[in-house]
Amino acid sequence: MASVSGSTAHAFRANTRAAIASPELQAGLARLQQGLTAERRMRGVVKLPEFERLRDAARDIKNHTLAHLDHYLAAYERAVVAGGGHVHWCETAADARQTILAICRRLGAATVTKGKTMIAEEIDLNEFLAAEGIEPIETDLGEYIVQLAGERPSHIIAPAVHKSKDQVSDLFFHHHQKYGKTRRLTEPPEMIDEVRGILRDRFLDADVGITGANFLVAETGSSLIVTNEGNGDLTQTLPKAHIVLATLEKLVPTLEDVATLLRVLARSGTGQEFSAYTTVSTGPRREGDADGPGEYHVVLLDNGRSRMLAGEFREMLRCIRCGACMNQCPVFAHVGGHAYGWVYVGPMGAVLTPHLIGLEEAHHLPSASTFCGACESVCPVKIPLPALMRHLREAAFEARLPPAAERSALGLWRFAATRPGLWRLLGAAGARLLARMGGAQARLRRLPLAGGWTSGRDLPAPEGETFHTLWRQRGRR
Amino acid sequence: MTPPRVGFFVTCLVDLFRPTVGFAAIKLLEDAGCVVEVPELQTCCGQPAYNSGDRASAQTIARRVINAFEGFDYVVAPSGSCGGMMAKHFPALLAGDPVWTARAASHARRSFELVSFLVDVMRLTRVAARFPATVTYHDSCSGLRELNVHDQPRKLLATVAGLTLRELPRADVCCGFGGTFCVKYPEVSTKIVAQKADDVVGTGADTLLAGDMGCLLNMAGRLSRQGARVKVRHVAEVLAGMTDRPAIGQGEAD
Repeated sequence: MASVSGSTAHAFRANTRAAIASPELQAGLARLQQGLTAERRMRGVVKLPEFERLRDAARDIKNHTLAHLDHYLAAYERAVVAGGGHVHWCETAADARQTILAICRRLGAATVTKGKTMIAEEIDLNEFLAAEGIEPIETDLGEYIVQLAGERPSHIIAPAVHKSKDQVSDLFFHHHQKYGKTRRLTEPPEMIDEVRGILRDRFLDADVGITGANFLVAETGSSLIVTNEGNGDLTQTLPKAHIVLATLEKLVPTLEDVATLLRVLARSGTGQEFSAYTTVSTGPRREGDADGPGEYHVVLLDNGRSRMLAGEFREMLRCIRCGACMNQCPVFAHVGGHAYGWVYVGPMGAVLTPHLIGLEEAHHLPSASTFCGACESVCPVKIPLPALMRHLREAAFEARLPPAAERSALGLWRFAATRPGLWRLLGAAGARLLARMGGAQARLRRLPLAGGWTSGRDLPAPEGETFHTLWRQRGRR
Repeated sequence: MTPPRVGFFVTCLVDLFRPTVGFAAIKLLEDAGCVVEVPELQTCCGQPAYNSGDRASAQTIARRVINAFEGFDYVVAPSGSCGGMMAKHFPALLAGDPVWTARAASHARRSFELVSFLVDVMRLTRVAARFPATVTYHDSCSGLRELNVHDQPRKLLATVAGLTLRELPRADVCCGFGGTFCVKYPEVSTKIVAQKADDVVGTGADTLLAGDMGCLLNMAGRLSRQGARVKVRHVAEVLAGMTDRPAIGQGEAD
C-alpha cells in the first residue's frame, strides 16, 4: 500500500509539527481542554457512585453481543424487516456507497441531509455523492462547518473544535452569500441562527436523510442516535427515505442494554448526564403516524469488522465512540485530530485506523503514545487501548515498518543488556563522559545524536560514577 | 521474625544518572527493616524492546531478570515504570510458556515500586528526614495507573520535617517522557513537557518531586531549558534525607 486515498497518517510526524505551529489549532485545543477534560468528565461521574460498576456492565454487554454477533445480527434483520424496513448487508465501503447511491437514484434525490455519522466519513460518502451529482448537506453544526471548510472532523464528538470563531465567521460569510446572507456575522448566537434558518429549508427540501447509529437494537430492530442539536430528528423524519448507515459492532441485544450504555456514554464523552436528544427510530412511517420517512433502510457495513472480531483486536469493537480517550490523551491534547491523518483520531483511532487503511500507512499512530494509560482508565467499556497499541507495534516491528536505525539501536541495546559485564562497562564509560560534558552546570544543552532530546530540553548530566560502580567500591553485594 | 530479603532493582536511569537515588532507596529499605541485596546479573527491565514491538527481545530480558531475582522475598525498584513492567507486564509477556508462566507470576507478585512497598508492605508510617522547602509532586503514569501509587508518597512526605506540599494542578497528566516516545516524537514530547513545566512553575514550589527518573530527567531538562529555577529530585532522596547533592541537572554553583 503506497498511499491510501485521503490519508496522511504516514506523515504523522510532519502533521504534528504543523499542528504545533498553528496558533488557531492550539487555541482550539486549549478550549477543548477546558471544555471536555478530566474535571468535566468527573462532574458527570462523581454524581454516579455506581459508575465503575456500570463500566463493567457496559463492557459485559458489548462482549456478550460480540460473542454472539451472528445471532443478534439475524434477530436484528428479522425485526427491521418485520417493521417494514430493509437491511442491506455491505462488505466493503464501495458496496455501501453503491447501495446508498441506488436508493438515492431510485427516489430521484437531488439533496441528502446527513446527521453526524463517522461511518460516512470512513467511506468518504460526501465526496462520492457529490461526484454523482447528489448534494450532501451536513446538519450537525460542527460537521456543517467542517464540510464548508472541505475538511474532516478533528474530533469524533466535537468535529470543528479546531476552528476559531473568526474562521467560522469567514466560512459562513463566504458560503452563505448564495442564500442571500451578505452580512458578516461575528457573534455565535446570530451565526447559529443563520445556520438554523438555512438548514431548516434544506431539511424540508431533502429527498433522503442519512444518519449513523450509536446503537442498533436486535430486540426491536431500532436504531438509536444521541445528539445535542436535534438535527438527527429532522434528518430522519422529514425525507422520503431514512438511511441508517452503521457497522456491525453497533449491535446490542435490547433497549434495556442501551439504557445501561447511555448512562456511561455522555458522562464519559462530554460530562453531560445525558445528551440533549436521544432518538429511537424503528422503521418507516406506519398508517396513522403523524410523520416519519416513507422508507427505512439500514446499510449494515462490515468494512474489516469481522476480521477484527476473529482476532486479538475484538476488544476494540466494544468502542461506543464517546471520545473520552482523546479528551484525556496528552498527545491528542497538543496535536489535535487532523495530525492522525484520517477519520478516527486519538487513542481509539490509533488502534482502529491501522485495521481500516493498513498498518503500513498508519503504523505511526499506535507508536505515537507515551503509554500513560489515561485512555484506558476512562474508557467506559474498558478497552485496553495501550495493550492493543502495543500489539500493533509488534506487528509493525515484525513487518519491519519502523526505520532501520531504530531496529539497529534495539539490536545493540539487546546485545549489551544480555551481557551484564559489558553493560556495566558501557554504563560506567557513558556516565563519566556525559558528566564531563555537562561541566560545572551539570547539564547538556546539546548532544550529538540526541537532538530529539536536546532540541526542546536540556539533558541533566549524570553524577559521574554509576550506582553499580559505587556499590562495588563500597564493598556491598 | 526474619527480616524480608529484598532484591533491589536499580533501574538503568538511576544506575547511569543518579546513583544517589539508589543509595537513598536502600537506606529507606534498610531503615524499614529489610535486608537488601543488589543482584549482579541485573541490567534492564526490557521496556525499550517491549514498547517498540520487539517482543522476542523483551521476553529474553524478562527471563534474565526473573533468573537474577530468583529467591528474593521481594523485588523493589525506585520506579513505577520498571516496577509496573515487572509486576504487570512480565506475566503477559511470558504467558503461554509452561515453565515461565508460573515463574513470571511469582516474580510479578513479589515486585513493587519503592514508596508503595514501604507504605503498603512494610507498613512504614513516617520517616526521620528533614527538608525545609515547598515541594510539589508529579504522579508518574505507570506508578499511578498500573500500581496505584498516589497516596503513599504523600503520606510519607507529610512526615518530613519542614516540608510543605503544594499540589500540582493536573499532577496525573503525563509529562511526555514515554520512554522511546520522547526521541521518536520529540516535538510532541517537548510540547507536552512544556505545559507540565508551566504547571510546575505555577505552583510557586521551589522543588519538584516524582518517583521515576525518566519523568524527572524530562521535567528537569525542560525546566532548566525554560530558565525556571525549580529544583528537581527523586522523592526517595527527600524521604531518605539524602539531599546534600545538587538537584537533578544542577551544578554546585546553581
